[in-house]
Amino acid sequence: MSHITDLTLAEIRDGLKAKTFTATEAAKAYLDAMEKARGLNAYVLETPEQALAMAARADDRLAKGEGGPLEGVPLGVKDLFATEGVRTTACSRILDNFVPPYESTVTSQLWRDGAVMLGKTNNDEFAMGSSNETSAFGAAVSPWLPPGWSAEEGKRKLVEARAAGKAPNGFLVPGGSSGGSAAAVAARLCPGAAGTDTGGSIRQPAAITGITGIKPTYGRCSRWGIIAYASSLDQAGAFGHTVRDCAIMLNSMAGHDPKDTTSMDIAVPDYEAAIGGSVKGKVIGIPKEYRVEGLSAEIDALWQKGIDWLRDAGAEIREISLPHTKYALPAYYIVAPAECSSNLARYDGVRYGERVAGREITELYENTRAAGFGAEVKRRILIGTYVLSAGYYDAYYVRAQKIRTLIKRDFEQAYASGVDAILTPATPSPAFGIGEKGGTDPVEMYLYDVFTVTVNLAGLPGLSVPAGLSSGGLPLGLQLIGRPFDEETLFTLGHAVEQAAGSLGRPERWWA
Amino acid sequence: MSVDAATVKRIARLARIAVTEEDVPHLQGELNAILDFVAQLDEVDVDGIEPMTSVTPMVMKKRQDVVTDGNIAEKIVANAPASEDNYFLVPKVVD
Repeated sequence: MSHITDLTLAEIRDGLKAKTFTATEAAKAYLDAMEKARGLNAYVLETPEQALAMAARADDRLAKGEGGPLEGVPLGVKDLFATEGVRTTACSRILDNFVPPYESTVTSQLWRDGAVMLGKTNNDEFAMGSSNETSAFGAAVSPWLPPGWSAEEGKRKLVEARAAGKAPNGFLVPGGSSGGSAAAVAARLCPGAAGTDTGGSIRQPAAITGITGIKPTYGRCSRWGIIAYASSLDQAGAFGHTVRDCAIMLNSMAGHDPKDTTSMDIAVPDYEAAIGGSVKGKVIGIPKEYRVEGLSAEIDALWQKGIDWLRDAGAEIREISLPHTKYALPAYYIVAPAECSSNLARYDGVRYGERVAGREITELYENTRAAGFGAEVKRRILIGTYVLSAGYYDAYYVRAQKIRTLIKRDFEQAYASGVDAILTPATPSPAFGIGEKGGTDPVEMYLYDVFTVTVNLAGLPGLSVPAGLSSGGLPLGLQLIGRPFDEETLFTLGHAVEQAAGSLGRPERWWA
Repeated sequence: MSVDAATVKRIARLARIAVTEEDVPHLQGELNAILDFVAQLDEVDVDGIEPMTSVTPMVMKKRQDVVTDGNIAEKIVANAPASEDNYFLVPKVVD
């Protein structure tokens, strides 16, 4: 038998049901791999005790021929999900050693279905970032080495950087904000992981680490118990090695929750059943506005390959126009900071987290928030406070919300004309280096989400599928955007792309 | 539009984030870079366009006005940096 950690989530599920190995064996294999990969900083908290206890319960059920759809399957969980009795920090100092007395709805559904928690994965602080570099726990490292680096060189440099307590500059980012989840799956430190996506935080890291990521429609999953960043954009989703893995995870994560009034009260279909469906006759929109200035030739070529694959599978390709695409990122950087400035008002050093003393209560708030929030979070709170302040609200916030209406209308018109799904690149380039972007101009980093952010503003589902390698041998992804609540079509089409693209291979375990 | 140093301090005060004099110049530069970036929205004609209030076409559900949870004061204060008798402790607010 090949090593358990080399299997996909679907293969692990099937192997457990067939009693090829036990849940305890699977959990131990991953815990062992995690211990050897600490230099990647993919996990900010390992939970071996919970993992082994949950695996033992799963083994009892599996032995009796019982168990849920994910019985015994080990998973990583982004540190944005509140996990009962397990430290949850959003990778911010301000939450310090917060231990939630409750469980998020999405993770509770994963455990209900038998999944086993391996640990909490790294992310940008409060999910604000595109590279995982804003985490209070430090950057996560992509398991893909920069072009030209040997395994020995990678291992030596990582050991040196960690020993010196320095940022692992020069290594590649795993993307963000769910960078730890993506790095963990790509490095085979879990077969699947739960993440969240506010502007691309699942699809973008999935694309540049060579794995698959689904952000479902806004309202498909409950946001209850997920630490809020921008509530009108935040949505939970999943990472896996394959499209099928993502479909299996979403089956458990999706569904209405009375505790989240924005979660949709409609039936959840069997997403896995959509895998292998026919692509024949599906109409795929190719938005001309995504051919942005400066798009690299290899991304453009990959996009064309994706078009050819779907055409060869029987789909009809149609050029479409989404004229307001270029305004999505600037609108996002008004709407998201505005909502974040409001959501993060709760971190005041009174009810939980770190407190820094002051002579009176306002000074306590100011000192606590100055010490507890990192630079990017402060920037977004300040921008958000500014655009919501008296005299600027209409000029910024209301205007941005009107542009959001226009962006959504662009998509609605495309779908009304018969388009079933839209194919775009997932990122404008392969992974960049840690320490490379955003040092002086924050906007430089923001531009990396240019292809993913429109989807959040319009509340649509998006799937990122590994599609090829760059000239330097780094993974690249394609994005499929669907109609609201039609994740099934994305899984069908994504599987077709995956089949045509073939495996990108996996990074060797140079860190171990 | 761009912000001056006084505005940066005013926003920071509104956001309850202490900033030092040394922080102000770089914050001002970063905030202005973001404001420059979002200024391209000014070229869009938004006359007659409704601002988005809900991305999904749904009527917000209203729950029954009944107590569904409670009597968990210990759990609520469990993470507080300072508490006593299930109260949160803060510096004296009124004289």
